[in-house]
Amino acid sequence: MKLLVCIKQVPDMESKFRIDADGVWYDRGDLAWRMNEYDEYAVEQAVRQKEQAGGDVTVLCIGSDQVKETMKKALAMGCDRGVHIADSHSYMKDPYQIAAMIAEFARDKGFDIIFTGMQSQDRGSGQVGVMLAELLDMAAITTIVDYTYDNGSVVVQRELEGGVKAKVKAALPVLVTCQLGLNTPRYPTLPNIMKAKKKELLTIEAKMLQSTDSMQKTVKMALPEKRVGGLFLEGEPDSIADRLIAILKEKTSVLA
Amino acid sequence: MKALLVAEYRQGKVQESYAELMAFSGILGAESSMFIVADSTVALPRFQGTLYVAEVSRYDEYNPEAHKSLLLDAIAQEKPDMVVFCHSSYGWDLAPRIAVREKAAQISEVIAVEDGKFIVPACNGKLRRTLTGKGLLTVVTIQAGAFSLDNLPDGIPNVVPVVGDYEGMATLLGYEEAKLGGVDLTRAEVIISAGRGVGKPENIVMVEGLAKALKGEYGASRPVVDAEWVTHNRQVGTTGLTVSPKLYVACGISGAVQHLAGMKKSEFVVAINTDRDAPIGEVADVFAVADLKQLLPVLTDKIMAL
Ligand SMILES: Cc1cc2nc3c(=O)[nH]c(=O)nc-3n(C[C@H](O)[C@H](O)[C@H](O)COP(=O)(O)OP(=O)(O)OC[C@H]3O[C@@H](n4cnc5c(N)ncnc54)[C@H](O)[C@@H]3O)c2cc1C
Repeated sequence: MKLLVCIKQVPDMESKFRIDADGVWYDRGDLAWRMNEYDEYAVEQAVRQKEQAGGDVTVLCIGSDQVKETMKKALAMGCDRGVHIADSHSYMKDPYQIAAMIAEFARDKGFDIIFTGMQSQDRGSGQVGVMLAELLDMAAITTIVDYTYDNGSVVVQRELEGGVKAKVKAALPVLVTCQLGLNTPRYPTLPNIMKAKKKELLTIEAKMLQSTDSMQKTVKMALPEKRVGGLFLEGEPDSIADRLIAILKEKTSVLA
Repeated sequence: MKALLVAEYRQGKVQESYAELMAFSGILGAESSMFIVADSTVALPRFQGTLYVAEVSRYDEYNPEAHKSLLLDAIAQEKPDMVVFCHSSYGWDLAPRIAVREKAAQISEVIAVEDGKFIVPACNGKLRRTLTGKGLLTVVTIQAGAFSLDNLPDGIPNVVPVVGDYEGMATLLGYEEAKLGGVDLTRAEVIISAGRGVGKPENIVMVEGLAKALKGEYGASRPVVDAEWVTHNRQVGTTGLTVSPKLYVACGISGAVQHLAGMKKSEFVVAINTDRDAPIGEVADVFAVADLKQLLPVLTDKIMAL
């Protein structure tokens, strides 16, 4: 079985974000980078699928050279080979352009199951997975929190609002977008990290792929306005605790 | 400008979120029409305008391929400038399919409109991005709760049936309700919630300890529930509970929109977080910039001693 998992490298969300010089994106310098959280579930599920029914897992990532670090983690988690689409401007591309690049790579490869995260933590658009399936004319099921494979079909639980789940079945080929909590992603072990170094990591220059026009334009990136009235307490825990208790006594009835 | 609004129907009910779509289109000053796959013999959204209806008995509540084709038919008839969905499990599943087929820009999770441009969150709510679509048609999904009407819209729509020989690639087998029971967080007057910042399961007792000292309950953000440190009946947020206690203390919770949706109606909000920029600050009355592992024990002891 041929499996593809698409991942993205994103900044650690606890980073201090600054706006870049053009005012349309966050400053990419001075940030710690990691695998998009949702994609960790996708990688884990792809590897489990392979462990269950055999096959070969390709992990694909678009970005500058630094994304190879994140790809190595996916290889150490058990993906068999990596495809890096080298594009140092990918962060400026819109979801359709990203999906079109992946589709062009994937079109003639005959992937049976494609795994993606349901969204990226930085853009949060939640579009690339579904668009990719649409471009490849295959079924897509979004926001899955449970996954089973049996005899050429997958049965998954889609997470809906209010904690309700919908059970959905689809025959291969199928694309699933993975939601938080789908599984517990494994930690790469040291031997597997060593093994990953020897795995194939193919680089394709983005300019070798057909380019598509962007359909949207970011005009501004900014920090949100802070709510007025919010009070910051800083200092030693002991003094914060005293001030907090005084505020709770004054402003709420919970200590009455 | 014309906006085609995509209403939702789930487990036999028209979802009231269609009012949010109307609120959004009202802000844009657009002329609204609507699309829904529903049971027209039971209930339809009430508003004034054209309502394209496909029958759920034929196309099912979840069948994205068929719903896509039906909606494309409605778009062909209506010729809107914009197709608007809720940013929900139905909307984010269907919208990108429409965007691809119509070669339209999709703008996800809009929270506000400024000079005709759309504002969306980025980086887990830490940043705001303003953007526009370039083509003739723009597909938009709006954040739950970002736009609201005081009253549900009213009126009798002009129903236009939509039919077509459309099959699907995925089959809905059924629904599973959330397993609740046990503690009822929605009744608690004080809720102390644990987020990923608690670090490890052993630290949940600190959060529980403060909850006890304040005669309240403890809750949690989703990753803490996903990791099974706390049971799902205590999860606060869009896929958990909506709570409105007198006091909500968020310990090590960043304040993602899905979490805020579940607690922002709390009367008084305290955040305990090491990251001064965490978006929880947007709803916090008091923000203690502190390591919860240090602050919680001291705070609990002092409250016990009162
Ligand atoms: C469709 C969908 C539905 C969702 N539904 C929900 C939902 O119902 N409820 C929900 O909560 N989430 C939900 N989420 C997930 C949500 O997007 C966030 O991922 C989640 O809320 C983050 O949880 P957190 O704040 O605990 O963790 P993080 O975002 O990782 O934040 C941890 C915080 O802890 C702070 N911290 C770290 N160490 C310490 C310390 N020692 N002391 C104090 N602070 C510390 C950090 O600064 C950070 O702000 C949903 C997501 C999606 C896509």
